[in-house]
Amino acid sequence: MSAPLLEVRDLAKQYTTRGSTLTILQNISFDIGKGEVVGLVGESGSGKTTIGRSVLRLIEPSAGSVRFDGTELTELSASQMRRARPRMQYIFQDPFASLSPRMTIGEILTEGLKIQGTGNSKERLDRARKALEQVDLPADAVNRYAHEFSGGQRQRIGIARALTLQPEFIVADEPVSALDVSIQAQVINLLRDLQQRLGLTMLFISHDLAVVEYICDRVIVLYLGRVMEIAPSAELYADPHHPYTRALLSAIPSPDPDAHRNRQILKGDIPSPANPPSGCVFRTRCPKAISRCAEVVPELRETAPGRFKACIRDDLNGSVS
Amino acid sequence: MQQAAETILDVKGLRTVFRVRAGEVTAVNGIDLSVAAGETLALVGESGSGKSVTSLSVMRLLTRKIGAIAAGSVHLKRKDGKVRDLVSLSEQEMRSIRGDDIGMIFQEPMSSLNPVYTIGDQISEPIRIHRGADRKSAMDAAISLLDQVGIPDAARRVKQYPHELSGGMRQRATIAMALACDPTLLIADEPTTALDVTIQAQILDLLQKLQRERGMAMLFVTHNLGVVAEIAHRVAVMYAGRIVETGPVVDVFRNPKHPYTMGLLASMPKLGDATRMKQAGEKLAAIPGMVPSLMNMPAGCAFEPRCKFATEDCRKAVPPLFDVSPHHKSRCIHWQEV
Repeated sequence: MSAPLLEVRDLAKQYTTRGSTLTILQNISFDIGKGEVVGLVGESGSGKTTIGRSVLRLIEPSAGSVRFDGTELTELSASQMRRARPRMQYIFQDPFASLSPRMTIGEILTEGLKIQGTGNSKERLDRARKALEQVDLPADAVNRYAHEFSGGQRQRIGIARALTLQPEFIVADEPVSALDVSIQAQVINLLRDLQQRLGLTMLFISHDLAVVEYICDRVIVLYLGRVMEIAPSAELYADPHHPYTRALLSAIPSPDPDAHRNRQILKGDIPSPANPPSGCVFRTRCPKAISRCAEVVPELRETAPGRFKACIRDDLNGSVS
Repeated sequence: MQQAAETILDVKGLRTVFRVRAGEVTAVNGIDLSVAAGETLALVGESGSGKSVTSLSVMRLLTRKIGAIAAGSVHLKRKDGKVRDLVSLSEQEMRSIRGDDIGMIFQEPMSSLNPVYTIGDQISEPIRIHRGADRKSAMDAAISLLDQVGIPDAARRVKQYPHELSGGMRQRATIAMALACDPTLLIADEPTTALDVTIQAQILDLLQKLQRERGMAMLFVTHNLGVVAEIAHRVAVMYAGRIVETGPVVDVFRNPKHPYTMGLLASMPKLGDATRMKQAGEKLAAIPGMVPSLMNMPAGCAFEPRCKFATEDCRKAVPPLFDVSPHHKSRCIHWQEV
C-alpha cells in the first residue's frame, strides 16, 4: 500500500448533557490508502456516521488527529478547511432529505463549484451535465427538481453532486440503504465503476455486510464507538477473528435455502453509551467473555499482517465457529 | 404439512383500489393466498409492490378515504371454528376479530405503542376487551406474556413506558400484545426492518419459537429475501400489485421460475460470494429500469419492460399463474425457459 491518503489517530467524540458525558467514539485509529475503499460497519449507535462526519469536520471531533494527504485537518481554520473541501466529498444516506426540493438539479450540482469560485456559470453547468452523464442520468435533468426523480435516481444525483468538485476522497454514508434491492444493485455497480475509473479513495459506511464485502478492500468493524476488528475484506469474511464480527456475520439471514444455518444469536441489547460496560464494551453480550474482559480495555493490536483486533482472547482464532 | 393442517386464512381474488384525484387505481389485483395452522407464508416484494396493502386489506385496516376492497374474499377460520368472510363483516365485528383472532405486529415498534400508557396497560388492554378480564388478572397475564417473549424482569417492565425500552424490547412488547388473546393468525408487517441485525436474529428466533409452540398461522410481510428464507415455509413474491411467483421457499429460491424472482435473487450481493465476484470483476445483476407507476400499468405483464425474456406475446395480456409443480406457480408465459 502506498502512503495513506487519510490517517486517523485516536479520534474521539464526546457529548456532554446535563453534566453527564456520553462517549460516542473512543480511540479510533485507521488509515486509508490512495485508491482504497474501506468499509465501516456496525449496528446503530456504533459510531459509523460520527466517524464519517468527524473525518470531514462536518462535526468537530473532541480529540484526535485526522491527516489528509499530510495536512492535519483538525487544526485548519474555517476558511482553510473550505479551501480543502473540494478534495473530499460526502454522499448522504437519504436521497429525499439530502436534496433541496426548492433548487433545480443544476443549482444543486453547481452550488459547491460556485462556493469554490470555480469557472463561470456556463462552465459550472457544463460540469454538472458531465457529472450527470457519469451517473447515467440525462444531461437535461439540470432543469428539473428532485421530486421528479425516483429514489434510485435521486441517489445518483447525490453521487453526481459529490463528483462535480472532482474529489479524491469520498465518504459514502449508507448510500444504498434507502433503496430497494433491484435499484440498490444498480447504484452499487455505479459506485464501484466510478471508484475504479476515477481512482477514488472511499470510506464506505454501511450496516449491510454483504454490500461492504462486494465494494470494500478492507473493513473496520465497530461496536459502541470502539474498533473491534480491522481486516482485508476477503480475510474478514472467510475468517473473522473477533467474537463480535463472528456473531454479526452469523446473524445475517441468507436467501440461500441450502445455506448452512449455524446461527449464533447474541443475547441482550447494545449497551447505552451513557453507561458502557467496564473493560471490553462487547463483553456483556460476548459468548466468549471471561472475567478478565471486565477488567481491561482490550487494545487494538495487529495479530497478523494487516489484521487488527481488540480482544484479549487469542486462544479463539480460527478454531471457533 | 401444508396439506394436512387446517387452513386458517384463505384469500381469493382480492382487489384493492385507492382513490386518487383522477379516479381510482388498483393497488393489488387478483391476490390468491392461503395460510394453514402452524405455517408461515411470506409476502415479499419491493416498495409499492402491494405487500402491505394486501396485509392491511386482510385486517380491513384501510380507511374508506384512502382505499377499499373492490373484489374478492378473505375467509378466516375463527377460534370457535367458524369460517367468516372478513370482507363482508361490519366494522364492529371486525373489531372483535382484530387483537383476538388476528394478532398484528408492525414495522416501527415505537409508533405502534402508545407513549403515554405503560407497557402493561397496553398488553393487558386486548385481554380486558376481548376476554372481559379484570385489571389485576389482565396485568398478571401481561407479565406472563412479557416473560414468554423473553423480556427479563417482566414484573418491573410492565410498569415502564415505551421510551424506557430499547428497540428490540419494544418489538418484543408488541409481540406480547399481539399474542395476548392467543390469535389463530399472526400478521407481521416488516417486524424486523427497523432493527439491527443481531436484534433481528433474536426476534426471528422468538417468532419461530412462539409459532411452533402455539401452532399459529403467520403471514409475514418483508422486503428481505434472507428473512424469508429464515422464517417462512412458503413465499409469495409480489410485483406491481400481483403475486408473480409462489411456492415452498426452498423451491422458489433454489429454482425460481419468474424472471423477477430470479432478478431479485441475483441482484443481492451474497455474503461470502461477494469476494469471489469482486475478484472475478463480476457486476451485480441489477434489474434495469424501475417499477411501473400504478397510474400507468403496462397492458400485459407488468414486469415486461424490465425483463430480458420479454417477447411480443408478453405485452398482450396479463399472464395467468402457471403450475410449475403442484405447489409452485409462476406468472410468466416463458416460465419453462426461465
